[in-house]
Amino acid sequence: MLTFFIAVTIDWLIPRFMPGDPVQSMLGRVRVAHPESVEAMRGFFTNAFGLDVPVWQQYLNFWAALFRGDLGISVYRFPQRVTEILLTAVPYDVALLVPAILLSWWAGNKFGAYAARRRLLDNTLLPLGYTLTATPYMWLAILLAWGLGIKLDLFPIAGAYAYDMAPHWSLRFIGSVLHHWFLTFASLFLVGFGGWAIGMRNTIIYELEADYSHYLEALGAPQKLVRKYAFRNALLPQLSGLALQLGVIVAGALVTEVVFSYPGIGYQLLAAIQNQDYFLIQGCFLFIIMGVLMANFIIDIVFVIVDPRTRRGMTGETA
Amino acid sequence: MKKTKNEFLYFAFRNNKLRIGVSIVLFFLVLAIIGPFFTENEPLDFVHRGAPVRPFTSREYLLGTTVFGQDVYSQLVYGLRATFIVGAVGGGLATLIGVIVGFTAGYRGGEADEALNMLTNIVLVIPTLAVLLIISAYLEVRGILLESVFIGCAAWPWAARAIRAQTFSLRSRDSVDLAKLSGKSSAKIIFTEIAPNMMSYLLLVFILQFGGATLNAATLDFIGVGPTEGISLGLMMNHAVSHSALLLDFWWWFIPPGLAITAIVGALYVTNVGLDEVFNPKLREM
Repeated sequence: MLTFFIAVTIDWLIPRFMPGDPVQSMLGRVRVAHPESVEAMRGFFTNAFGLDVPVWQQYLNFWAALFRGDLGISVYRFPQRVTEILLTAVPYDVALLVPAILLSWWAGNKFGAYAARRRLLDNTLLPLGYTLTATPYMWLAILLAWGLGIKLDLFPIAGAYAYDMAPHWSLRFIGSVLHHWFLTFASLFLVGFGGWAIGMRNTIIYELEADYSHYLEALGAPQKLVRKYAFRNALLPQLSGLALQLGVIVAGALVTEVVFSYPGIGYQLLAAIQNQDYFLIQGCFLFIIMGVLMANFIIDIVFVIVDPRTRRGMTGETA
Repeated sequence: MKKTKNEFLYFAFRNNKLRIGVSIVLFFLVLAIIGPFFTENEPLDFVHRGAPVRPFTSREYLLGTTVFGQDVYSQLVYGLRATFIVGAVGGGLATLIGVIVGFTAGYRGGEADEALNMLTNIVLVIPTLAVLLIISAYLEVRGILLESVFIGCAAWPWAARAIRAQTFSLRSRDSVDLAKLSGKSSAKIIFTEIAPNMMSYLLLVFILQFGGATLNAATLDFIGVGPTEGISLGLMMNHAVSHSALLLDFWWWFIPPGLAITAIVGALYVTNVGLDEVFNPKLREM
């Protein structure tokens, strides 16, 4: 909660320190010749952006508007509201990030656990995993776009659906959306997969060396059972790792969207920065923060469900 | 003490992961240091006139030229320099802040711990790259050192957490209790009992932070909010993508910078695991 408060305050502060004045840039955009009409328009825009009141009131207004779901008006797409622009962008992000995060986490963990302490697989997994997790997101995206998109011409490399279509519910349109979605998804998935596989491999080796594993082995438990227990224990650090990685993944999605001109929040944010669009930047930042906080919250809940120890801890030391 | 050091060195030289990782990083480091002496072309100057040169066809432009006749080799070696600077300064700063915060929290405990922990958690949750993006967009003139400092200031929470946990476990060791009982000052305990056991761990943290800072810088540069002067590997990719190198099939323009980053960061990670095995006998391959 405190995090949210601070984040919102930062969010409010930062654009106000930015160079350039949104009103001035709006005026430059409309290019009015008459000095009188310039003055009139300056008044109009200052009012429209809510910049005609003292700073402290701007801050309070910001909070009030926030609770009404009003994030102001975009500068570079002028009459459009920021919330509107962002709400059209969010579905693309959700469709991209949720499957990419969950699938790469799941597949990476399974594979990493399977490969650990199996010589042949381990020797291939390690270099592959380290390479993948060290790859900058945009470079993998560039490679996929170049190799599969341009050289082999298997996938389109820009946009969220074919340019000659308007969004509607039809098989052809959904096919086109999936077709455009795939490479973006794949580059996020692959980088994540490498990281989780390596992480799981390294944690499970610790677990397999732990006393309880040796004890189980000494009791004559089958290898499979020992591995199963080790896997469950190793999943916990991986889960908290997921919470820590969220910011990085979001940043990765941001640049990936830029490479593929995929119209999610990352793409909007870049456009907003290039156009010095105060309010759109604020909105994007806020949406990103809210998304990450929400995901963190969900992970916390999952943690309580899967690990009984945290439950006891929560009732014991809440004070 | 001497004997254990020799033992570490012995395992260090025998560890394949460490050998491979360190050689790759050193290779690029040497390239970054001496590479620029082999070219007279400034990385961003339009030195070549006429049709772009393909790689390995000319002596003057070993890795070819960009669409505008800039020397790719020169961009790569100067970009590598920038990468190492950001990694060292950004990663170093993140480790330093992480040590101060994590160590204070872990050693003092109590209220100091709670306050610092809260701070850590807040910075941890806020997506650092989004903040960096906005701050960078706000500054009109940005240097590479400034970028490194920002990256360092955003990346420390993870290090702080790891170091706090490590301090906790070291603090509760018998040797520390014994030192306390014998009336040693805190400073002395920290330097004689805790610091030596911490050094190996710090090295590992620094290596990971170095890699992270490099990746972060590449991302920022790629979006176009990196340093306003000079070249970097991320900026090379930015130029390549924005001038449709993909469609023009100029693979020598966008493959080398990404490959260099991947190789360096991957090698750092492998070095990290190798070192971990050297310091922690349990993990050594059987």
